Amino acid sequence: MKIRNIVKDRRVQAGVILLLAAVAPIFLHTASLMHIAVLILLYIILSLGLEVALGITGLFSLCHAAFYGMGAYVSALLSIYFGLSFWITLPIAAICAGLFGVLIGLPALRTNGDYLAIATLGFGEIFRLLLINGGEITRGPRGLPSIPRPVFFGLDFTNKGTYYYILLFVAVMIFLVVLNIPRTFFGRALMAIRDDEDAAAFMGIRTSRYKVCAFAISGLIAGIAGAFYAHYICFISPDTFIYNDSITILTMVLIGGSGTVAGPALGAVILTVLPELLRSFVEYRMLIYGLIVVIMMQLRPKGILGHVNTRTSYLDSLLGSIRDKKIGGDQQGGSTNATGT
Amino acid sequence: MLIQIIVNGLTQGCIYALIALGYSMVYGSLRFINFAHGDVYMWGACFALIFARIGNIPFIAALFLTMLCTGTVGVALEFLAYRRLRNVPRVVVTASALGASIVLSNLARVLVGAETYAVPAFFETKYYNIGNVVINSMQFALLGCSLALMLILNWFITSTKYGRAIRATSENMDVTSLMGVNTNRVVSITFFVGSALAGAAGMLVAIYYDAVYSTMGYMAGMKAFTSAILGGIGSIPGAMLGSLLLGQIESFGTTYISSSMGPAISFATLIIVLLFRPTGFFGGKDASANRV
Repeated sequence: MKIRNIVKDRRVQAGVILLLAAVAPIFLHTASLMHIAVLILLYIILSLGLEVALGITGLFSLCHAAFYGMGAYVSALLSIYFGLSFWITLPIAAICAGLFGVLIGLPALRTNGDYLAIATLGFGEIFRLLLINGGEITRGPRGLPSIPRPVFFGLDFTNKGTYYYILLFVAVMIFLVVLNIPRTFFGRALMAIRDDEDAAAFMGIRTSRYKVCAFAISGLIAGIAGAFYAHYICFISPDTFIYNDSITILTMVLIGGSGTVAGPALGAVILTVLPELLRSFVEYRMLIYGLIVVIMMQLRPKGILGHVNTRTSYLDSLLGSIRDKKIGGDQQGGSTNATGT
Repeated sequence: MLIQIIVNGLTQGCIYALIALGYSMVYGSLRFINFAHGDVYMWGACFALIFARIGNIPFIAALFLTMLCTGTVGVALEFLAYRRLRNVPRVVVTASALGASIVLSNLARVLVGAETYAVPAFFETKYYNIGNVVINSMQFALLGCSLALMLILNWFITSTKYGRAIRATSENMDVTSLMGVNTNRVVSITFFVGSALAGAAGMLVAIYYDAVYSTMGYMAGMKAFTSAILGGIGSIPGAMLGSLLLGQIESFGTTYISSSMGPAISFATLIIVLLFRPTGFFGGKDASANRV
């Protein structure tokens, strides 16, 4: 019984995962494997960013790649044209992406649901077209080459391991922040908006302000990932930040289970590793990817971790458990796994 | 010059209209954005390519066959990807649609090929000079076919038993099923009709621009969706007029502002409309009467 409790303890689980992540580079010998590991961390950060908008607030955003690109381009342009250090451009890039989030969040005031999805999609497209038609500043579809690598106390930034550990630290920090958002007043307000916007407004929550804030945080987190990406690959072009990437991030969040925080991270791992595993079937890679997304949505509409999710609205989970005719068992199982509310 | 721009916009608008109708009808009945619709349109172009390659098929027969095939694709899509997801949050259905869109476009990539293919002509292209406007027979065929299809659709929706069932389902699916209507079948029919129209659009575009490629669905789908929103999603006349409007906006925008920013102009229009009139021009606050 005791071992079972230890295994079930979220902190123990998190510790084991963190330990595995910390020792992973020892087993990843080749540079390409390390590259995948770094990409996984980047996508974890991105999906955590989307989690704030989609999972916690219920805002359906399809322009996450634009935030990502905003962070990458701002950071790259600042370091190329002004020679600023990465550690100065990183916060500026994050803030710019956050402000971009505010800009996109403004239609969120007036629209909701599918309209918002389409508006964000439009913003994403406009952003990409602006990059392509940016003239000599963004160099259009040719992209920005030779972005300087970061410098930090003599650390070797040509080594992928350095990026890995820095990103691991950043990802863990962001994970903790996103995990704790629902425990604050701010987070509860966001969740109230997700569950019932009218009721939230009735309770005195300024829904529009909170929605814009959620978008800004979402953009900020994606901007951080973008800045790291730019200074990791050292080359960025508009092709990296297109609609397809927004969809990839969206499916990561949904497959993992939106609203669970750990789910999107898991989804990011799965959906980054999966295409790499399928690399030998180049022709069928995206086909299989799409099929898996469709099938996963049929089998587990709430995502892989959605069933242990205690943060969906109470009514939903109650109705769900009645539908499954397992009211007693599930409710108890749910409450022992509770992390948040 | 001005009239030429209007004519070009009209052709483009008719194509958008045919695609937008499918979006609008599906949104009307199931209330979600069928992101795979653009790829159904792309499959229409692929079927057109196949029938053109076979040869000796008259244009009208090929159009009919294409519509039949894409309609079947649409029904299969609904059956496999959406039917189980009626009572889940819409974001999940939308994700399923996004996955289905990836599947459809990559299926075309695998089965048809990853290149851009030219379509063998179904009929000779003739050029007509009316005043100083040049219109070719392709444009006539395109305008004629899309207008005819829209009229047929209008008749189908307003005057037939199934049309009434579609309208009822879009208003309230639960109540409609209580009235003894097999709503699952109605949804299937909605998907069939919508996809058939998208397939027709795909075929017309394929022969008009003489190019078929596996990623052509994305941009066309987005533009069509934009026009569906412009007109007020869920409304059939709205989708038609919104598309014609978007065709004109795009035609004038690309001529007078910037050709490479053409799509951005459409999307900017979309965002402005969403800001000032989120329900579109024809989707009033409770536009249930007008809904498909």
